Amino acid sequence: MRVTVDAGRCVGSGMCVFTAGEVFDQDEDDGRAIVLRPEPPAGTRDAVRRAADLCPAGAIALSAPGTPVP
Amino acid sequence: MRRSFQASPNAYYREMDGEMIMGELLHTVTTMPAERRSGCPFDPPAELLDAHRHGPISHYTFPGGEPGWLITGYDLVRSVLADSRFSSRREFMLHPTIDYGDMKAPPAPPGEFLLMDEPQHSRYRKPLMGKFTVRRMRLLTERIEQITADHLDAMEAAGPSADLVTAFAKPIPAIVICELLGVPYQDRESFQEQVDSFMNGETSDEDLIAAYTATQNYLAELVAAKRANPTDDVLSDLVDSDLTDEELRGMALLLLAAGLDTTANMLSLGTFALLRNPEQLAALRADPALADRAVEELLRYLSVAKTFMRTALEDVEVGGRTIEAGSRVILSYNTANRDPERFTDPHALDLHRQGGGHLAFGHGIHQCLGQQLARVEMKVAFPALFNRFPALRLAVPPEEVALRPETADIYGVKSLPVTWEA
Repeated sequence: MRVTVDAGRCVGSGMCVFTAGEVFDQDEDDGRAIVLRPEPPAGTRDAVRRAADLCPAGAIALSAPGTPVP
Repeated sequence: MRRSFQASPNAYYREMDGEMIMGELLHTVTTMPAERRSGCPFDPPAELLDAHRHGPISHYTFPGGEPGWLITGYDLVRSVLADSRFSSRREFMLHPTIDYGDMKAPPAPPGEFLLMDEPQHSRYRKPLMGKFTVRRMRLLTERIEQITADHLDAMEAAGPSADLVTAFAKPIPAIVICELLGVPYQDRESFQEQVDSFMNGETSDEDLIAAYTATQNYLAELVAAKRANPTDDVLSDLVDSDLTDEELRGMALLLLAAGLDTTANMLSLGTFALLRNPEQLAALRADPALADRAVEELLRYLSVAKTFMRTALEDVEVGGRTIEAGSRVILSYNTANRDPERFTDPHALDLHRQGGGHLAFGHGIHQCLGQQLARVEMKVAFPALFNRFPALRLAVPPEEVALRPETADIYGVKSLPVTWEA
């Protein structure tokens, strides 16, 4: 699994950090989501899927590992 | 394509290419309910649950006769909230229960970005996003614990009974949001009274305007004071930007109103709900690690921010129906949060419920900016209250607890008499 965030869409709700704090963080200044672990370890993947689903702005994309980051 | 509505029965007809086609029978709701079913203070009004039993989308007739839509299904509410073809602009809105005739709502004042679309919305939300992050809000935990302990001390000293609303639920989030934004302590109470009067759903139009004007004047002075002497708070940080005084005033009003009235109602109504579900309360007491899930479940179950509206900017298909450009859609968050297709046994308060995904904070670009603050406040306040007063109980029969009318934007109790005498 590969995780990317579209920072332009992010609305800073913090849902991803709240749901999968091992994989996501927020920028201290602008509050936008940051991906800490672009290839999340196995134990976190359910939470990452949930975070992607819950993101209010649809800013989180999941793809197969090794997919080039756009 | 034109559409005509027939009041009764609830059949609806579509005129297409000159041919009348009878549409599928669709439930019609003719007014938003004024109150909840007696004895069910935590459940959405019976009329909305009934509408949902007919389907996730119903026709809604506005008081002036204007046709619109009412959405009660979880998936559809979520999809509308995520869809930029639906506008939040105030000037497109129509009061769901009062006919103001040809009088149109003016656009939202500068800074009040809840009722704006992009790109205006981003101009105001973006500078605030870094101020309400998960980490920053969690850093407030210790301070919130202190404020909570102070109020519990005062309750205990004045006890063994209290109105939980005035002694606990209102002041704690009020102090937190005022400190965060930079409202001086001595101004807090008068400011809170003004905000209360335009949130309680029972204030006359005249008093409402007076309270709104007084609040605006106060905030204008506050912005000027922060410009002159910046302090360590959100409003002072924002002064150092290209935002005008008028915009800052609007942003401050929105943040304060949201911070004062929402968590306060969650704390008091949540306490009421826990006291009425003693086995759930016992589970929370037995396992402090349950607090996070308990907060999410109370948010879902109570959904105090219960209804929002959107206006279609173009024709949009929703649940197999065409919402025509210009049509208003009433979104019932509290009914959607009880959707049996999304939540197992939806009318049960189950603090062990997993998975989250409730719509209590909304969805889409307007999803609550202060949600992480609200979570920390509740996670601190509920356990602290029940730990301090293990014998806490209602001091009146539950049916005598006065509830806010459905006309209030935020649902809750007016007061909650409690006692902790053994």
